[in-house]
Amino acid sequence: MAEITYLEAIREALFEEMERDVNVFCLGEDIGAYGGAFKVTDGLAQRYGDRRVIDTPISEVGIVGAAAGAAHMGMRPVVEMQFIDFIANAYDMLTNYVATARYRAMLPCPLVVRGPSGGYVRGGPFHSQNPEAGFVHTPGLKVAYPSTAEDAKGLLKSAIRDEDCVLFFEHKYLYRRIKGTMPSGDHLVPLGKARIAREGRDLSIITYAATVWKSLEAAEQLEVEDGLSVEVIDLRTLSPLDDEAIEATTKKTNRVLLVHEDTRTGGIAGEITARINESCFAWLDAPVLRVTAHDVPLPYAPQLEDFVLPQTSDIVTAARAVAAY
Amino acid sequence: MPTRVATGGKREKRSGKERAGATPAGLSRAQLLELYYWMRLTRTLEERLVALYRQTKIVGGLFRSLGQEADAVGSAFALRPEDVLSPLIRNLGSMLVKGATPVEILRQYMAKGDSPTRGRELNIHFGDPARGFIGQISPLGDMVPVMAGVTLSFKMRDERRVGLVYVGDGATSTGAFHEGINFAAVQRCPLVVVVENNGYAYSTPTPKQTLAKQFVDKAIGYGIPGEQADGNDVVATYEITKRAVDRARRGEGVSLVELTTYRRKGHAEHDNQSYVPEGEIERWARENDPIDRYVGRLESEFGFAEDEVRGVDERVRREVDEATDIAERSPPPEPLDALVDVYASPPFERPLWFRSGKSAAVEASERAEGWGTFPASNGAPADGQAAREND
Repeated sequence: MAEITYLEAIREALFEEMERDVNVFCLGEDIGAYGGAFKVTDGLAQRYGDRRVIDTPISEVGIVGAAAGAAHMGMRPVVEMQFIDFIANAYDMLTNYVATARYRAMLPCPLVVRGPSGGYVRGGPFHSQNPEAGFVHTPGLKVAYPSTAEDAKGLLKSAIRDEDCVLFFEHKYLYRRIKGTMPSGDHLVPLGKARIAREGRDLSIITYAATVWKSLEAAEQLEVEDGLSVEVIDLRTLSPLDDEAIEATTKKTNRVLLVHEDTRTGGIAGEITARINESCFAWLDAPVLRVTAHDVPLPYAPQLEDFVLPQTSDIVTAARAVAAY
Repeated sequence: MPTRVATGGKREKRSGKERAGATPAGLSRAQLLELYYWMRLTRTLEERLVALYRQTKIVGGLFRSLGQEADAVGSAFALRPEDVLSPLIRNLGSMLVKGATPVEILRQYMAKGDSPTRGRELNIHFGDPARGFIGQISPLGDMVPVMAGVTLSFKMRDERRVGLVYVGDGATSTGAFHEGINFAAVQRCPLVVVVENNGYAYSTPTPKQTLAKQFVDKAIGYGIPGEQADGNDVVATYEITKRAVDRARRGEGVSLVELTTYRRKGHAEHDNQSYVPEGEIERWARENDPIDRYVGRLESEFGFAEDEVRGVDERVRREVDEATDIAERSPPPEPLDALVDVYASPPFERPLWFRSGKSAAVEASERAEGWGTFPASNGAPADGQAAREND
């Protein structure tokens, strides 16, 4: 099997799911004839036509609302946000309408909202965001944020088949930088299951998305320079969180560092810290620490963006502090 | 308001023309009486809800559609069973036409465990796609994009079904209204958007909502047909909505229908309507009550005997009495059911550790006496009451 990129893996998932189920359809801005701002949907419209690959007006509320209505009637819509930053426009529709549909009205609302997310790309304040925390906070929504090409494909296929709304964050820095070999057959990765990206004994780094790769770099450096055996957990799904995996690694290494690209205040690292405190306090040999972005909008200039976002050297510094405590 | 009275005047002329034909708008004699049944059922059921509210058997706020029964019933009557509508808070009549039952409405308001939402949602916020109505949420305008999607699915599957979504004068100011109607127009979805202009959004009169002279003018901007009718004339309401529904079913896309009416009660039962000019409500009640008007036409124009009309009233009263008895006997919800069905999988949330092993929040009520009730002194809501009145 030839290697394909993270982006091609997502496209492959879309093709396979549209082929498998006639109820699956895509809608979003510029996704049809043009193939999407990042070309994720390239070729879909040519294959499935403009009835199943719909170029929409610039209307995030309209698109998500329409997806919800179609989902009620048995369709399986896959919405593209041109940049995930624009999901904020649909926040009301997602949190007030979609997330509550099953609970308040027994209305099934199986839909996927996917889009390019994250920084390290000099995109500035509106093309770099990581808005996952607000949605993780919303009961009724599921959130996936893969770091590998294999997971990008397998999680998206699971998301499309899920009976509830899944927000699927794709890291645009990884789109064409990461490659993987797809398992043959119907490759599904279950929602809600974390992955051990690297086994270790002395310290656990729990992370997701692009910072999985930075954490792996840091783990390598810590092994070579400090002789530390570092475990790296890739959460893959942020809602539901894999509490078992978080507990298992905490009880194994007794030292935890949380890493995410999202800002610090209200970020998911705080939630995971609280859960570890509640369930594993007696196993801890050190306080749980966090490496996150600074609490500022993401700036454009390389010197500024690099300073704001977590870097491999930050993870090394923080891991040494946790290990030495 | 003079403009609305003038609308009523126009209707009188149209009624005069109709007198020549035996069955207006192609409605049979049985259908003409059925329209009356749904309007009377709406009003009597709401009157029963008021009685229950005063007995403190209604948990939350109570929302009336007094004076708007014709536009709700007439418009919904233009749909077929397989069509889908999305009601608003003053569309009890539309929901009844689509198959919602009085006992369901009563259980909802009384927060019963066997209510359609099992005690999760308030008042008429519920739906059943099988019967053709989708439950609304409180943020206004949101149902327009949702119904764009419902009708998009009809188009994609080549089903000859139609959707209808209600918005009030206030909701036309939202972004969701604009995005939804524009999306549906571009996609040529089989959707009818009904703007019920009842003069007020909570306390805000229409001149503070829009500078447009009439809401039907907004259709031009979306490139879709727009029509306007007297919403207090049930036959005119049916007729104009039917035309829009027929266009949608023929594949001609979205229409905007403006129905002019008047909200005779406050936003909810607690609202004292201090913002309404003196005499306005009384004038509408006296001169333009949709049920009084229709009873007059049934007897003088369509040849129904007074007995036939009274027969409907008696049937409605009996049905509402029976439904009330059933609903009052319904059990309250089981507390642990609050943790079920957030997701299809996992099917339920675990109780937090400090609640584990308990079947209720507390053994005895922790609420101080008087919480959530109106103090007798000034009639102003006590703390907590205002939140309950939000629909």
